[in-house]
Amino acid sequence: MESESFSHHISRRFNAELEHLRSEVLRMGGLVEQHLDTAVEAIISGDSDMGLRVSNDDHKINKLEVTIDEECRKLLATRMPAAADLRLIVMVIKTITDLERVGDEAAKIGYLASHLATDREPYASYTELKALGEHVQEMLHDALDAFSRMDVDDALAVIEEDKLVDEEYDQITRQCISLMMEDARTIRRFMDVSWVARALERIGDHAKNIAEYVVYLVHGRDIRHTEREAVRQELEAAKGDRPVSG
Amino acid sequence: MLLMDREKGFAAMREPADGREPVAATPVSPMVIADAAETDRIAADTVGDVTAKDAVICVRGGNVHYGETHALRDINLDVGRNEVIALIGPSGCGKSTFIRCLNRMNDTIESAKVTGDFRLDGQDIYARDTDVVMLRARVGMVFQKPNPFPKSIYENVAYGPRIHGLASNRAELDDIVYGSLERAGLVDEVKDRLDEPGTGLSGGQQQRLCIARTIAVNPEVILMDEPCSALDPIATARIEDLIDELSQKYAIAIVTHSMQQAARVSNRTAYFHLGRLVEVGPTDKIFTNPSHKLTEDYVTGRFG
Repeated sequence: MESESFSHHISRRFNAELEHLRSEVLRMGGLVEQHLDTAVEAIISGDSDMGLRVSNDDHKINKLEVTIDEECRKLLATRMPAAADLRLIVMVIKTITDLERVGDEAAKIGYLASHLATDREPYASYTELKALGEHVQEMLHDALDAFSRMDVDDALAVIEEDKLVDEEYDQITRQCISLMMEDARTIRRFMDVSWVARALERIGDHAKNIAEYVVYLVHGRDIRHTEREAVRQELEAAKGDRPVSG
Repeated sequence: MLLMDREKGFAAMREPADGREPVAATPVSPMVIADAAETDRIAADTVGDVTAKDAVICVRGGNVHYGETHALRDINLDVGRNEVIALIGPSGCGKSTFIRCLNRMNDTIESAKVTGDFRLDGQDIYARDTDVVMLRARVGMVFQKPNPFPKSIYENVAYGPRIHGLASNRAELDDIVYGSLERAGLVDEVKDRLDEPGTGLSGGQQQRLCIARTIAVNPEVILMDEPCSALDPIATARIEDLIDELSQKYAIAIVTHSMQQAARVSNRTAYFHLGRLVEVGPTDKIFTNPSHKLTEDYVTGRFG
């Protein structure tokens, strides 16, 4: 299925409405990505202002969530969409919830960055946080990319990545604990660091959710809470279900 | 026989309104893939399970020709007891032709030739010795435009049971009439004016009267050919609610152009396209995740 498949309705206005919906979601995704990038950058560079800016701008993302939600409701009521159109709207409603949460986490990271920046040693080697941050940035980017191209393989790759992110998070947590035990004066700082790591790990989860919605959009299969092997079988079955492409 | 003539007369009377469907095998909307050969290529085999648990109607290799036009092509489809199956598809796709085969309404069309195996409870519907009058009592039909007899409300419902000898006295007949009107959800509106002509009722009431008339003879299957297309939304909702209730007792096959209606009332949905049965499956699947491209294009309002 390609994005063009949303542009062949008899009603050209419906085409335009769906296209607009898709582009709004991608716009929101772009804004969220930008916030995340800035928040991570604020941590690394110890830039307090940069961090606070992210935290203060979160309302822009919230506003987009509300307007897109409204648009979805309107389309459900007026167009009574079916099949792929229905799945698009359902997945958009869920996707924007996850995007909005990513925005919240980014705002949290921005706020924590402003905290950490006031520390005497702001640069105290946040390489692990940087690596984790880059990892989830990539996941989010790929999830949104998979959505825009409706690419199931890319979506599945994002889902796989989440496991690595979880491991990285565990590692950082362990590291924080041992550093806190070494020197009790650093507890406050490493509490913050572990909060940041936690927020990044959550963003990975949201990216994974979005990737799962992409699979639902394309194949109509709900693969949430499903083991990897079962997912593969499901998708094989889904392929068997579509013997004819016209 | 009187009813036979009556029914024939009816069918003939209805032809102009209804005849549109059978002869309209030529594509009329841009949505239709214009080339029959192309449809043959991509829809030769029906997608989905054509069988039904506890099938009351069983069709195998069903074909209908109207003269030169091949209106129905190799249809295999079951209708289960207590099942509501919706038949959808663009005009001229064969959905009405299909249900009209099930009680031999196509007999009245000179040029129609029906071949294949059509069975009701295992009995061959097209067998030489099938009593068509009995068949039409067992497989009742409700049409697009309500068509009550020009008689009283009571007589409209009493007519069938009387002809078929279902009541041995007036009290029994009263019971049947009352019960049928009740099951058709009409009794409260008409019980004080059973002697008034059926044609004096509103459109929605007339349609429910026709449904009462159909169920008065204890059918096993009720065929409905766009039963709500002439009704307003409230009358439509009443009929849909009634379909829901009737499905506890009867198998119902409904042809509808309203996809929302198909989605609302049916358990299974069958999508027809240029005389082919393209896909059949559980209604929620057809409307959320159809397997065939043609079905997807139709339910989402696209052209192929």
